[in-house]
Amino acid sequence: MSIDTAPTVSATSLDATSSAATRRDILRRLLMTLGPILVALVIAGCILLAVGVDPLAYYGYVLEKGLFSPLGIQQTLTRMAPLLFLAAGLIVAFRAGMWNLGGDGQFLLGAVTAAASAPVLVQIMPASLALVCSFLIAMAVAMIWSLVPALLRAYQGVNEIITTLMMTFLGTSLANVLVKLVFRDPGTTVPQTRTLPVEDRLPRLFDTTITSGLLLGLAAIIIVHLVMTRTAFGLKLRIVGANPRAAVHAGLGVPGLTIAVFAISAGLAGLAGAVDIIGVQGNVRADWNPAYGLAVIPAVFLARLNGFAAIGFVFLLSVLSIGGESAARRLGVPNHFTLVLVSIVLIVLALAEYVDHRYNQSRKA
Amino acid sequence: MTGLFSEVFLSALLFGAVTAAIPLLLAGLGEQMSEKAGVLNIGIEGMMLAGAYLGFVGSFYSGSLWLGFLTGAAGGMAVALIMALLCVRIGLNQIVIGIALTLGLEGLTALLHHFQFSRSYPRLPAADATIIPLLSDIPVIGPAFFKHHLIVYLAVALVFAMSYLYRRTQLGLNLQAAGDKPAALDVAGIDVIRTRTIAVLSTGALAGLGGAYLANVGAGLFIPFITNGAGFLGIVLAMLARGQPIWVLFGALLFGVCLSLTTAMQVAGINIPTDIIQMLPFLAVMIMLVLFGRRASLPAALGIPYERGAR
Amino acid sequence: MFQCWAVMSNLSSSPADRRDIVALEGVTKRFPGIVANDSIDLSIRPGEVHVLLGENGAGKSTLIGMLSGLQQPDEGRILVDGKPTQITSPGHALALGIGTVFQHMMLVPTLTVAENLLLGGPWWQRPKTEELEARVASITSSLGITVKLHAKVSELSLGEQQQVEILRAMVRNSRLLILDESTSMLTPKGIEELGALMRRLVEQGLAIVFITHKLKEAAAFGDRISVLKLGRKVGEIPPERFRGLGEQEIISEIVELMFGRQKGDPEAVERPIRAVHAEAAPLLRVVDLAVAPTDNAPGLSSISFDIRPGEILGIAGIDGNGQKQLAEALAGQRTATRGSVRLEDTAIEALSVGERRQRGLRYLTDDRLGEGTVGTFPVSINFFLKQVGAAPFWRGGVEQRAEIDRRASELVREYDVRTPSLKTPVARLSGGNIQKVLLARELAEGARVVIFNKPTYGLDLANTLASRQRIRDTAARGLAVLLISTDLEELLSMCHRIAVIANGSLVGTVANADDARTKVGRLMIGLAA
Repeated sequence: MSIDTAPTVSATSLDATSSAATRRDILRRLLMTLGPILVALVIAGCILLAVGVDPLAYYGYVLEKGLFSPLGIQQTLTRMAPLLFLAAGLIVAFRAGMWNLGGDGQFLLGAVTAAASAPVLVQIMPASLALVCSFLIAMAVAMIWSLVPALLRAYQGVNEIITTLMMTFLGTSLANVLVKLVFRDPGTTVPQTRTLPVEDRLPRLFDTTITSGLLLGLAAIIIVHLVMTRTAFGLKLRIVGANPRAAVHAGLGVPGLTIAVFAISAGLAGLAGAVDIIGVQGNVRADWNPAYGLAVIPAVFLARLNGFAAIGFVFLLSVLSIGGESAARRLGVPNHFTLVLVSIVLIVLALAEYVDHRYNQSRKA
Repeated sequence: MTGLFSEVFLSALLFGAVTAAIPLLLAGLGEQMSEKAGVLNIGIEGMMLAGAYLGFVGSFYSGSLWLGFLTGAAGGMAVALIMALLCVRIGLNQIVIGIALTLGLEGLTALLHHFQFSRSYPRLPAADATIIPLLSDIPVIGPAFFKHHLIVYLAVALVFAMSYLYRRTQLGLNLQAAGDKPAALDVAGIDVIRTRTIAVLSTGALAGLGGAYLANVGAGLFIPFITNGAGFLGIVLAMLARGQPIWVLFGALLFGVCLSLTTAMQVAGINIPTDIIQMLPFLAVMIMLVLFGRRASLPAALGIPYERGAR
Repeated sequence: MFQCWAVMSNLSSSPADRRDIVALEGVTKRFPGIVANDSIDLSIRPGEVHVLLGENGAGKSTLIGMLSGLQQPDEGRILVDGKPTQITSPGHALALGIGTVFQHMMLVPTLTVAENLLLGGPWWQRPKTEELEARVASITSSLGITVKLHAKVSELSLGEQQQVEILRAMVRNSRLLILDESTSMLTPKGIEELGALMRRLVEQGLAIVFITHKLKEAAAFGDRISVLKLGRKVGEIPPERFRGLGEQEIISEIVELMFGRQKGDPEAVERPIRAVHAEAAPLLRVVDLAVAPTDNAPGLSSISFDIRPGEILGIAGIDGNGQKQLAEALAGQRTATRGSVRLEDTAIEALSVGERRQRGLRYLTDDRLGEGTVGTFPVSINFFLKQVGAAPFWRGGVEQRAEIDRRASELVREYDVRTPSLKTPVARLSGGNIQKVLLARELAEGARVVIFNKPTYGLDLANTLASRQRIRDTAARGLAVLLISTDLEELLSMCHRIAVIANGSLVGTVANADDARTKVGRLMIGLAA
């Protein structure tokens, strides 16, 4: 509808009020986020009640083990490292309008190649160089793995949801095959790769057990955020995502950008696998699949594809999963409950956003 | 090695293939219906899990497989109802809600199972087969295809019923219009929201039925994450089938054979990781896509919520 | 069916006691920020073509939306057959006998014509194909049109699709047929045919509401005219007066109603067309350009023309005959299979979109929101969509926000873009203001050859005139202009020469002299000029 009647405002006249407006906006955003989380906790609490668990005791325990105990918070922060890389990769893909649902396959292949290369490389070169090399190898392998869906989407227009889903099934199996047949450690009876000695892994931060991979993950997601919001390259990707036809019209090389998006997204997922192995696990056991990829997607959406907000949600997710794992051992509530909680948070937040949007519209009318 | 190619082995393999294919078939047919009507249903994995869990519960307590199928279908439909309310009626993002539902149902069914069955791990008795006279006497083929539970034949018949529905009925026309040009359906006087809701609920019922079959007939028990990606496979099958139910059947059988082969090889004690065989169907499909990759003919309005009057 | 016709002809046989099929009383509809319809009264009677005339934003579409059940009025009431009725959905409107042919085609492209006509039956039934065929046969023969029932809709021309939509309304026993901007995609001949069809329909007793913003059509086809302006009804010419007036008198009366002052048809104002140096070397030279056809677009074959500095070359033709493909092939968005394109002395046919733009070739698309802009991005960024990464707005790939805002506010002032702020998502602006953003972007420094594709399509009169002036100024600055339009009047009022495109090739070029109208018209319907 036409709003021709709206007065012409020069760019500067808005600036005086904008900082106050921004602050109010941030406050409202915060309220709009925390409120629904509270509601979700209540709903999930009802489910706990229904199965005969005291929700307050459960939440208290989860918070204590995931957030307030020294060991718990260190585990939580360690858990964040791979999740941050995955979130960064998803932000790139989703902002560019590509539904990369193949994060788990890319993650596992990155993990397996890192696990295979790192123990060998540390024997022939300085440890720090070896780790950098195996990071790069993991990234490259994941990038190559994403090439098939990328090329199919870029040049054949094949929907990337099906191809990335298939590639993730394929990648999960391939990772297992590699662990069992190619990179199997002959020295153990259980099928797993050779173990990277603890002293060769990523250093821990100060005197804690927190992996320095956390810093890498934070750097990755902040760089991704800045690139997507402040640079020409990021703007090009966002144009492709928001209106692919406008991208063609503006003369952007859409196929090339598509391949770049997949490469970056998958590369970051591969790095996520590598940082988990080189920083924490040390090896890959057969049939290991933490399925972080699917779990991070909600966090990224809840953050509205904003890198900084995503850090917050990844932190929340980590607290819930670390705390949930402890609660599983102590309170007998399986840690799958975390999934239920995440799901309810996601749905309530989406609903809240809808209601808020509706309210704003009716107020304007 | 000769045991590999014996009649018994072959018919067991094919029997297993059919058993493995049925949940995929039902999920794929269900997903196809949603997609035709313009709804990308990523929550189908969650609907299958709800169906598997409630299907098992229904059968376990009532002792009747059929009642289990019914509760399973109802369970899938209940999850689909959430999807229909959130994504069809008020137009929330289909991928976000779909993933939320899948995660939520993974967690919820695992949680309920833990509190209900984790001490006893009860099993259902083997499902009794409906043996088709004459046909079941054919060597290899007979035992493989004609000694299944009645629901298997019904599921295959459903393929043709769906074909008929899409091509020859008013509802079929409405579904296609809802996916290709919802505004045209609206001005023709048909409620787009209702049409899409019907599609999503049917998807839920079919996925739930698939899940119930998986638990009650395929496995005889419920374990957490029992679907193991079958719902996502259903999405893949539906998208590859380009709106034709018969291709969902062929696709489901291809994946079924590979799944059955992995079990068979384990039983035969052959020393190849089963993962290699699990990769085969995906490899085959990816190679086909690379070689013949045409533009997927997906409905124009797939994934876009309908809002009257919006352009 | 036949009973229905009989009832209608009864109605039309006694015009004295014609009563309103539908009447609006004080209908008001508000949207955020605007009053789209402000207490409108309207009476719609059988046997009449009721023309709703108004510019963009006058509230015509909203009014149609309420009559066809897409929207509900905030105040006032709608009477159907004298009874106050809430039209709650399009289905309800159809059941009341109100059929609408929307401006944007409302047919499912993947279904056949017959299947489209069958849409809307009860879902549990089998489609009644035989019954439909019989009814369609009786309706088409009485109207004198032919329809390919078993062709896929995507294979039909826009004119044929429109006939299908009218047919659909008839099959549904509509008593009131609403035609929303139905001539905007038709040829002059097609428009005439539609006029004749409407006449036959009202003679059979139907009521027709015909929405247009073209004065000539209103005068030619109407029985009664209501004029809308900024959401209000500013006047009505009833049939009694209508018949007594000549075309020119009607037009001048409407103009007075719409603009409140006496003047001629503002579109028809003849402007002196500046002469071009005939001996100047062409700025753009296209030789033997060809493009392969695709599934949903025609190809181009052996297109050749040249444009000198300061010249406006028009491309006339029925929509969908390769105009878009021509523009896209020139801009580099579509690959040409053969031919050469030279900008002054350089061959540019192998260059990319960006390289062509850098050399001064600009393409102003007709699809402003579909490809011209990114609707969710702020106005400021949309000015520079084709320069992403270029200095001084980006340095080392990093966005220079201050520089972007400074230049954007300059452009906003220079091109009179009415926007609440630079940060406003561009989709929230009106069509006219979005077009100004595009004009600013394409005409900015360095332009040498500009392709305008339907530059005034869907704009209101003020913005149409402003856009045309921009185009004339562009040529006056010595740029070469290719003006693609389906509006023959527009081309005649602006171009030096007019080429006619049909089926992807240029069938002739005429100098814009006195007899140009007839010559172009003959070329458009397939006769030699």
